[in-house]
Amino acid sequence: MGRDLDRQKRFTRRALILAGGKGLLLTALAGRLYYLQVLESERYLTLAEDNRINLRLLPPPRGRILDRHGRPLAHNRQDYRVVVVAEQARDVDGTLTALGTLLPLSDGDRKRVMREITRQRRFVPVTVRENLGWEDVARIEVNSLDLPGISVEEGQSREYPYGELLSHVLGYVAAVSESEVGDDPLLSLPGFRIGKAGIERAYEKPLRGKGGSSQVEVNAVGRVIRELDRKEGQPGADLTLGLDLDLQRFAYERLGDESGAVVVLDVNTGEVLALASKPGFDPVAFNRGLTTTEWKALITEPKAPLTNKAIAGQYAPGSTFKPVVALAALERGVMTAGSTVSCPGAYRLGNAVFHCWRRGGHGAVNLREALTQSCDCYFYEAARRVGVDRIAAMGERLGLGVTLGVDLPHERPGLLPTRDWKTARTGTAWSMGETVIAGIGQGYVLSTPLQLAVMAARIANGGRGVVPHLVRDVGEPDPAGRPPAPDLGITRAHLKLVQEGLDMVVNSGRGTANRAAIRVPGLEMAGKTGTSQVRRISKSERQSGVIKNENLPWERRDHALFIGYAPVEKPRFACAVVVEHGGAGSKAAAPVARDVLLAVQKLDAMRVADRRPAAGPGVGSPAGRHDREV
Amino acid sequence: MARHPLNHSTLRLGEKLAGIRWLLVLAICLVAGTGIGMLYSAAGGNMEPWAIRQLARFVAALGILLLVAISDIRVWLRWAYVIYAMALVLLVIVDFAGAIGMGAQRWIDLGVINLQPSEVMKIALVLALARYFHGMASEDVGRPWRLIVPLMMVVVPVALVLKQPDLGTAVMLLLGGGALFFAAGVRLWMFAVVLVAGVGAMPVAWEFLHDYQRRRVLTFLDPETDPLGSGYHILQSKIALGSGGLFGKGYMQGTQSGLNFLPEKQTDFIFTMLAEEFGLVGSLGILGLYVVILGYCFAIALSAKSQFGRLLAIGITTTFFLYVFINMAMVMGLIPVVGVPLPLVSYGGTATVSLMLGFGLVMCVYVHRDVMISRHATGEER
Repeated sequence: MGRDLDRQKRFTRRALILAGGKGLLLTALAGRLYYLQVLESERYLTLAEDNRINLRLLPPPRGRILDRHGRPLAHNRQDYRVVVVAEQARDVDGTLTALGTLLPLSDGDRKRVMREITRQRRFVPVTVRENLGWEDVARIEVNSLDLPGISVEEGQSREYPYGELLSHVLGYVAAVSESEVGDDPLLSLPGFRIGKAGIERAYEKPLRGKGGSSQVEVNAVGRVIRELDRKEGQPGADLTLGLDLDLQRFAYERLGDESGAVVVLDVNTGEVLALASKPGFDPVAFNRGLTTTEWKALITEPKAPLTNKAIAGQYAPGSTFKPVVALAALERGVMTAGSTVSCPGAYRLGNAVFHCWRRGGHGAVNLREALTQSCDCYFYEAARRVGVDRIAAMGERLGLGVTLGVDLPHERPGLLPTRDWKTARTGTAWSMGETVIAGIGQGYVLSTPLQLAVMAARIANGGRGVVPHLVRDVGEPDPAGRPPAPDLGITRAHLKLVQEGLDMVVNSGRGTANRAAIRVPGLEMAGKTGTSQVRRISKSERQSGVIKNENLPWERRDHALFIGYAPVEKPRFACAVVVEHGGAGSKAAAPVARDVLLAVQKLDAMRVADRRPAAGPGVGSPAGRHDREV
Repeated sequence: MARHPLNHSTLRLGEKLAGIRWLLVLAICLVAGTGIGMLYSAAGGNMEPWAIRQLARFVAALGILLLVAISDIRVWLRWAYVIYAMALVLLVIVDFAGAIGMGAQRWIDLGVINLQPSEVMKIALVLALARYFHGMASEDVGRPWRLIVPLMMVVVPVALVLKQPDLGTAVMLLLGGGALFFAAGVRLWMFAVVLVAGVGAMPVAWEFLHDYQRRRVLTFLDPETDPLGSGYHILQSKIALGSGGLFGKGYMQGTQSGLNFLPEKQTDFIFTMLAEEFGLVGSLGILGLYVVILGYCFAIALSAKSQFGRLLAIGITTTFFLYVFINMAMVMGLIPVVGVPLPLVSYGGTATVSLMLGFGLVMCVYVHRDVMISRHATGEER
């Protein structure tokens, strides 16, 4: 009994020790709970939230680009892709075979799918085929019962229905490159495309819109269980251009196989009605991605299809520069309407001789006559009298030598040389000979077709500094419209004088562009031809007879230029045409300008006629058909 | 001494029923009810597949508890070795012919239920050790060679469950057995010797661990290095616990468990789910219920007059405590994940039944607390 008591005592003692130990351990558990659930709760709550909710971006539909009559020039096409979910398919191979009877599936496709399936988790959809049409989708949907695990997903791809016709204006979209990934999380989305050139690039922000988001609940393996919240993004804004699709097509096709550019502006607003650069390129190729050989072919092609020649092609303006010299000389007072210069066919300055394009000379010419016949001697003298710096100043007022801020990327400024410019550039002093040469738009002077069109527009509209722009409205039309263009401060009488000269260039029998005159009453155009040399004519060649352009290799032939506007009375449309290595401006460029200026006026008349009866908005096709008959 | 004379051999049924601690039964039912509620939530608000079955098992187990409670404690003393031997045989069978589940052989498919011998062994070992020490003279406890047999009783099943491999049960058997040695009065220096030997054997034991067990130990040491690999369970479990906060996310509102972030949420990790949905209040609440049960059982152990009763009660109490502590400490990231269910809450038939049987034995000890049992006899009174 006593031994038993002893045993009981020891048991009690030890049991109490055990209980104490257990108590301590349980207290530790309670302490740990307090630590996790109170002290560290915040941190774990955040982690749990991350675990549960997955934010997915919803790319907004990109805005469309419409022409001035609302015809879509760039839009999004719903496209479909077939995906397979391995988890649901069970027998992926069999399913793909069944799918192969509905859709052509290459062995490569099948191998790629099988490879991706082994890499991905079982519930991740793997793309089988992309860019499917509605018929393919319908075929798959009808047979969906035999195709476990196969489903069709929707996407959007950018479409340019008019292809190369508008390639330089619209540009293209392509995958985001690493350097472009910025603040917008949309840019990190796989497959997201942004504007890389043209309007697509210049108006990337409004076209892109704002991304929406979808909060989805996922489980530990990332499978979506349900959507918690969905914020629709803001779709990209539609852009309405001032451009007329029919005119653009006409101008582009009118250039034929030549390399060159045509720009048509509204002289009162600066709206670009057509901006064609030949040759164009296929914008869709950039969207899908170019092969190395394709890319090499594009950049080594001498006609430079990737350059938008209308805004980035820089050409010596040649005689189309003469109105600038004339206005500078008139403003300075070194020439008047009546002052004449005698042209013997060459102009002497010290020891140097500058030839007029007409070997026999023009005799005594005044300003109007000098413009009409494009007498070089007159403008050599005028340039000498007024000085290169004033020519440059007048050129700049008319839109040359500076970027005009047109809403396209990669606009180039051309060049209006000044004394300071040359000194800074070459370290040598300006020479009078260079002024003389600048007087006929040669030498250092460079301009783009867009600048030439702006110059024509500013002369035609009575000296108002219109700024060229492609986009009329971003989203809804702005009722306020654009502020009126500022006056450039050019004396009306001087402008009138130049306008008369440009009228005679086309409509006088002596005019260099008389053969390209528009003979429709009320639609007549005025303009100025230009032929700019790309090579130097040596003394010996001049003596033996200047080699005809036709006998020169293409890249050494003269550029043909023409600036013009119509109608002569109350001008509305200005135009510039540059045909690279096209030869004489009167022969290669003026007829193009004539046809384009006639087309734009006729299209305008059609629109007005269409709108007058309550027939509703014209679709544009009759007008287009009409143009092509011109 | 007390109500019953020393030589009182049989109790009447009424006396036995009066001896059942109904408050303890209530506490057990509360814990089990909580568990069924959590299983309902774990299934996303469905009785199927877990809650309904757990409820059925618990009701059956409750019957077993009451039957055991009113059974004669001497029967258990007499059959202790037999039960232990049967459990041992079952362990051997499961080692060689057990169905494969969870990467480890732990079940014997009996058609109706899958029997888990390791759960049975936890009770059987207590019974066997209690009987052994009950039959030992007080002075013999101090003699090392007398401890070889009970030591083997512990080591053999530990080796068998390690082979399964079931680290959690091995640890529980070891610690539960050790606690019985301690309560029986084994000298402290012997524990020291075993401890030193154990530490010395650790590198050897490491060699015998399976890769996944080693990984579990290693990731326990630094779980956040591999958040999607082996450390995943611990990290997700801690996130669930921590994000529950003070009051929890609400019943069936647990996101971690509802979204399958929690592994084995219906079994070993059910506590995390409870803690996520009911917060610190809920987790301390269930801990408090466990403390009540442990306290009751402990008081019963102290009240028993026979060494068998005392050791049986303290052994089962300790086993129960080890379930609670190892499971909770595991899901809280305090110890490695070893696969021990939360008693009465986790889904699992064998564990529930054997635990209830254990509580039945504890209550049986209380019912027979004043019955003196001979050291040598197997039921006959002196």
